Amino acid sequence: MQLTIWTYEGPPHVGAMRIATAMTDMHYVLHAPQGDTYADLLFTMIERRKKRPPVTYTTFQARDLGGDTSELFMDAARQAHEMFDPAAMIVGASCTGELIQDDPGGLSKTMGLPIPVIPVELPSYSKKENWGASETFYQIVRSLAPYGQDIETEPGAKPSCNILGPTALGFRHRDDVTEIVRLLEDLGIHVNVVAPLDAETRDILELRHADFNVVLYPEIANTAAQWLKRTYRQPFTKTVPIGVGATKDFIREIAEFAGLNAEDLLERAESRLPWYSRSIDSTYLTGKRVFLFGDATHVIAMARVAEKEMGFKVVGMGTYSREFARDLRDAAKLYDVEPLITDDYLEVEEQIQALQPELVLGTQMERHIAKRLGIPCAVISAPVHVQDYPARYSPQMGFEGANVLFDTLVHPLTMGLEEHLLNMFRDDFEFNDAAGPSHLGHAAVSLAAAQNQEDNEDAPEQAAPAGGADIIWLNDAEKELKKIPFFVRGKARRNTEKFAAEHGLAEISMETLYEAKSHFSR
Amino acid sequence: MTLVREHVKVPDIANCDDRPVLRERGQHEVFCGLTGIMWLHRKIQDAFFLIVGSRTCAHLMQSAAGVMIFAEPRFGTAIMEERDLAGLADMNDELDAVVDKLLKRRPDIRLLFLVGSCPSEVIKLDLSRAAQRLSRTHSPDVRILNYSGSGIETTFTQGEDACLASLVPTLPPEPDNAPASLMVVGALADVVEDQFARLFDQLGIGPVRFLPARLADDMPSVGPNTLVLLAQPFLTDTVQALEKRGATLLQAPFPLGAQGTTAWLKVAADAFGVDQATFDNVTDKPRQRAQRAVALHHEQLSGKKVFFFPDSQLEIPLARFLGEELDMVATEVGTPYLDKRLMAPELNALPSQIDVSEGQDVDLQLNRCREERPDIAVCGLGLANPLEVEGITTKWSIELVFTPIQGYEQAGDLAELFARPLNRRTRLEV
Repeated sequence: MQLTIWTYEGPPHVGAMRIATAMTDMHYVLHAPQGDTYADLLFTMIERRKKRPPVTYTTFQARDLGGDTSELFMDAARQAHEMFDPAAMIVGASCTGELIQDDPGGLSKTMGLPIPVIPVELPSYSKKENWGASETFYQIVRSLAPYGQDIETEPGAKPSCNILGPTALGFRHRDDVTEIVRLLEDLGIHVNVVAPLDAETRDILELRHADFNVVLYPEIANTAAQWLKRTYRQPFTKTVPIGVGATKDFIREIAEFAGLNAEDLLERAESRLPWYSRSIDSTYLTGKRVFLFGDATHVIAMARVAEKEMGFKVVGMGTYSREFARDLRDAAKLYDVEPLITDDYLEVEEQIQALQPELVLGTQMERHIAKRLGIPCAVISAPVHVQDYPARYSPQMGFEGANVLFDTLVHPLTMGLEEHLLNMFRDDFEFNDAAGPSHLGHAAVSLAAAQNQEDNEDAPEQAAPAGGADIIWLNDAEKELKKIPFFVRGKARRNTEKFAAEHGLAEISMETLYEAKSHFSR
Repeated sequence: MTLVREHVKVPDIANCDDRPVLRERGQHEVFCGLTGIMWLHRKIQDAFFLIVGSRTCAHLMQSAAGVMIFAEPRFGTAIMEERDLAGLADMNDELDAVVDKLLKRRPDIRLLFLVGSCPSEVIKLDLSRAAQRLSRTHSPDVRILNYSGSGIETTFTQGEDACLASLVPTLPPEPDNAPASLMVVGALADVVEDQFARLFDQLGIGPVRFLPARLADDMPSVGPNTLVLLAQPFLTDTVQALEKRGATLLQAPFPLGAQGTTAWLKVAADAFGVDQATFDNVTDKPRQRAQRAVALHHEQLSGKKVFFFPDSQLEIPLARFLGEELDMVATEVGTPYLDKRLMAPELNALPSQIDVSEGQDVDLQLNRCREERPDIAVCGLGLANPLEVEGITTKWSIELVFTPIQGYEQAGDLAELFARPLNRRTRLEV
């Protein structure tokens, strides 16, 4: 039993819904109580989809439990088939449905429906949303792809690929697909099928005709891609094209699969990010301390962008995708930071508080944590909320995606000159660091929140007498400390106390403060 | 000892009309009772709601709230995992550990609700025994109660009913010879509660207490001279529990709109023998204010057709208000379930040609809605955008639960909630 305030991922059947909803003619019959229908609003309200998700819930009640709930399931499946006329169906149970053990897969087999019915068994008490999406997509591919026909490739035909992984309710999936399709077409590669987003059931039968697969979101498509590789010898991509460097690596990987020369495209396709990053107004970004948290794919890719393309310093990174913990640990080694593998929101909050980064790149949960701590934040990964489904074209992938990322990462920060002025005139009543960047209006951080932050910083020190409790801050030093930007003040306090302790000082004067500053300066 | 009660006029429980009710049993598209925690955890300031359930429950809570709450919420989920389901004894230990951890983290909590969910009900995890056991460990600092918010037993607002019903046996007893007192039952916005308290005070009715109170230790006492007035229509079990403690239900319409609020206050006034002149004196001004505020929306709303999908149990009182004060026409009024006893005064005020439906088969009901082409459909969040795409203007029913709508001063706001979506449609030229 795990105490949870917020959860990063939904249950696995929500993952299955993301697959069914992504496809155009698939239906999902879910053995579940009425409360589980809340999941519809994820798609209709948060993603603003225009149609209800193609899901029929059996909505069994307590009074049904003594009777025949399997009959209820079969009725629902029969009615769903009649009413929605899907090309194929997936069937399964939610967490409560799983407990009553009606075996939707077995039941649907006995019904003789004239369409493919694919059972998806998703263990709700051990697995989560992304796993559910991945397993569902894999089951659909595995069940339907073998029914495709082999065709002769015409001589001289373009190399072709499938794009796998984009779903409903995905973080920027819609725009990533547009961007990557464009990029592949520029390379002279035919996109055979995109799945599951906007795919018809028929398209799954066509998957085998591609030369290779592009895995956009490994969390969702790796399992299916591995099966396709085993079954149809289709290699698949390992690079996720987020950022300029990764996009170029991705192009090289593709070119090798397709036997093409990519140099021409690499020469001419250019993002604005490299120049914007080199432009001198970006100097202030140098070494900004960044903490990243989200799904493994986005965190790993964004760490590279942050460090190699923006000139930030990665001070911590983590993921809730336990299935990809190893990849994240490997990436963390590159930046010499401790990886954080957890789905406990409180642990992430603790880590951010301890590291005191200057920028947080995370999910909607980290946005809340950062807001509370007064740290700028940009959202780079699911889970996201309605404001993360922008109206404008806003991919994360490819060269245009890199442009978007530059803006996304710079936007929450206080600009260079403004930052200098804040440091020079700290007592200005309306122009201070606690008021937040001026281009974000007055909403950013309240003084009260900043004050809270200070209190939070102080609390652990008082609680830990071993640290520096017997070291006294003299008045002028204490005042001077207040002039340091609040997001690094806690660190300055700790460093100064450490310095004093190491030098056997009982009091911290203004002199000590500056001695410590020079001692610890980079 | 009914000495004091003799002075109190209690109206007979009326039977409601025999209108035909369409009963449907298909897919229900409604929240489960856990969602009541959304407002209850803010209402009772030193209470914590610990759902014992699955990841789905936790996901529901953060998705249904629409936005995550800035401050740390006073609710959480003890998520059952595979190894918990292996053996029950283990599960109780696990729960104890979670509660320990939670109470250490939140020493300000005085009242902890263990809230049952679909999975905990299906595996028959005995939360009442867990609550007793944990109460022994944590008393007197924390009182621990339990109720079920599971979707196999409760819909949406019924969660509040289950929560309040669990509180009733713990309310302090009032002596048999205590003077008659009024208990207003059902969570109200604090501002509305304060307005009602002032009105009762001006009417000379008292003492007046509210259930739930804002603090765990301030919960009202109950006894044979307690008269119960419901502020919310979904409190079937709570009423029964209060009656078991000797209290008497004052049957009344619900305080929505100028007329609903007047009728509601009047029932209390009559029970406490307030004379008509005093009543008019106190209510005339706010009632006229409410009527003026509602009238501002009359031109836009009168004659408009409204269709209610079942959701919050407020559907019937709302349909009555919209018809009575704004001349809107309800074509179908869906309600998750119908408690005829509590709803009698409302049903009697609802014109007989209006169709009432109980339960749901969502696809059939959507078809009826498409056929009716209402000017506005009141529905849950899952249905709203798809209906808008089909050209049907909607009002999210959840907003009617999350907004102060009761009483005189809110009557205009309530009308405005229905006017706004229509108003928006006429503004947009894209």
